[in-house]
Amino acid sequence: MSEVVAQLRRTPLHDVHAELGARMVPFAGYEMPVQYRSIIDEHRTVRSAVGLFDLSHMGEVAISGAEALAFARYAVVSDPGALEPGQAQYSMLCTDLGGIIDDLILYRTDEGYLIVCNASNRDAVVEHLGRLLSRGDFDAALDDRSDRTALIAPQGPRAAELVAGLTGLDLEQLGNYRSLPGRVAGIDCLVARTGYTGEDGFELFCDARRAERLWRALYDAGQPLGLQPCGLGSRDTLRLEAGMPLYGNELDRETNPFEANLGRVVKLEKGEFVGRRALQQVQQEGPRRKLIGLAMRDNAIPRHGYAVRADGEEMGLVTSGTASPTLGEKIAMAYVPAERAGVGNRFEVVVRERSYAAEQVKLPFYRRPRAAPAA
Amino acid sequence: MYPDDLRYSKEHEWVRVQGTRATIGITNFAADELGDIVFVELPEPGTQLTQFASFGVVESVKAVSDLYAPVSGEVTEINETLRDKPELLNADPFGEGWILRVELKAPDEVEQLMDSDAYQAQTAG
Repeated sequence: MSEVVAQLRRTPLHDVHAELGARMVPFAGYEMPVQYRSIIDEHRTVRSAVGLFDLSHMGEVAISGAEALAFARYAVVSDPGALEPGQAQYSMLCTDLGGIIDDLILYRTDEGYLIVCNASNRDAVVEHLGRLLSRGDFDAALDDRSDRTALIAPQGPRAAELVAGLTGLDLEQLGNYRSLPGRVAGIDCLVARTGYTGEDGFELFCDARRAERLWRALYDAGQPLGLQPCGLGSRDTLRLEAGMPLYGNELDRETNPFEANLGRVVKLEKGEFVGRRALQQVQQEGPRRKLIGLAMRDNAIPRHGYAVRADGEEMGLVTSGTASPTLGEKIAMAYVPAERAGVGNRFEVVVRERSYAAEQVKLPFYRRPRAAPAA
Repeated sequence: MYPDDLRYSKEHEWVRVQGTRATIGITNFAADELGDIVFVELPEPGTQLTQFASFGVVESVKAVSDLYAPVSGEVTEINETLRDKPELLNADPFGEGWILRVELKAPDEVEQLMDSDAYQAQTAG
């Protein structure tokens, strides 16, 4: 048992997590905090105040060079050409067959572009990009910065208040999916207004050697705001409520973006890119299955891998499910045949060999309240 | 550390014997291990439980776990409050979080369970 643990990697914040009494679990080859006190408490703190996440396990790959844009355009399914300086977009890398290699966020930076990808896919992403780069003979360079970069994310309605108190940046100028280089608590960061919780929040990229100092500064300043450290457990329940996919659950190499409700991310008209032909075909013909949101109408918790029935016939699978802390309902995302999908349609989820009623609902399950416009 | 009027199974269930009847629950050790409990699936009154066999399920946010009968008997009462408030298993596992009551089938079975000292030793290890 101890041999396995010794092979797990640690983020720069590992000692902090231990200090805070986190329960650590293996995740994507890293030892990560799944919870500090309670997944539900942490979840509620993000929805009502501010939670602090260590996401340093994630991958960061920089693209630079004269043809950085042309290369980025060729590699991802979205159009990086549409990005203003500092702006970011959600995107995907696909195979020639249109299967998803990873979902990611792409930032336009001072040096070119930055791809932030899932920890579990970092090696595959770097390898894939490397191959595309040499194959296509682009005048561009890749730099896998993952090991040198820490990522700390304050998320929640009070996140802006927290970060504003620690930076000279004018956060009013930093809208959703925008980023700026700046200093937070005196530490150089890329400050991005992005997140995976459905709340307002920030993702702060800094040098791994400064990570502990940055975390402590945020943690201490956040105490009067009700800040709690949050682990992967609440990260998952939060993103599910917000209808956001998780690679490995909703997305994989056998899934195309159109099936996963992500057709809007694919910009077929931007020019040639990897997977374009296959994705064009899917778009024209329509995807064969669709990702839908389910709310349980009988009392049972749907979970990844559970079968979904319609009219008593098994024809789908739950990709993610949980008891939603915010909504007080049991919710799930699932793939069903496209012709079966429709808000209001009735399904059944099989839990321990018994069927329980479910209803398709609109995604996302949860949308954060928007401030009312000034009168 | 654990109530000494109770007996304990290896699977972290407790039993409070009351004559020919017994009340069953899970210990705070089990509840802490599970984390936030969000669902409990229980047998109906009248169901026969067999010692050490699974009789239901407790679900935390991340996982599904079996419940194992510490003693054999017929279920006489289940804690209906757990349907709406499964978190009672975390908050008060020895009190309001009791799970069910049985009419004991073989009262001698209780002797096979640990007392609080033995259970303390098991959970400390």
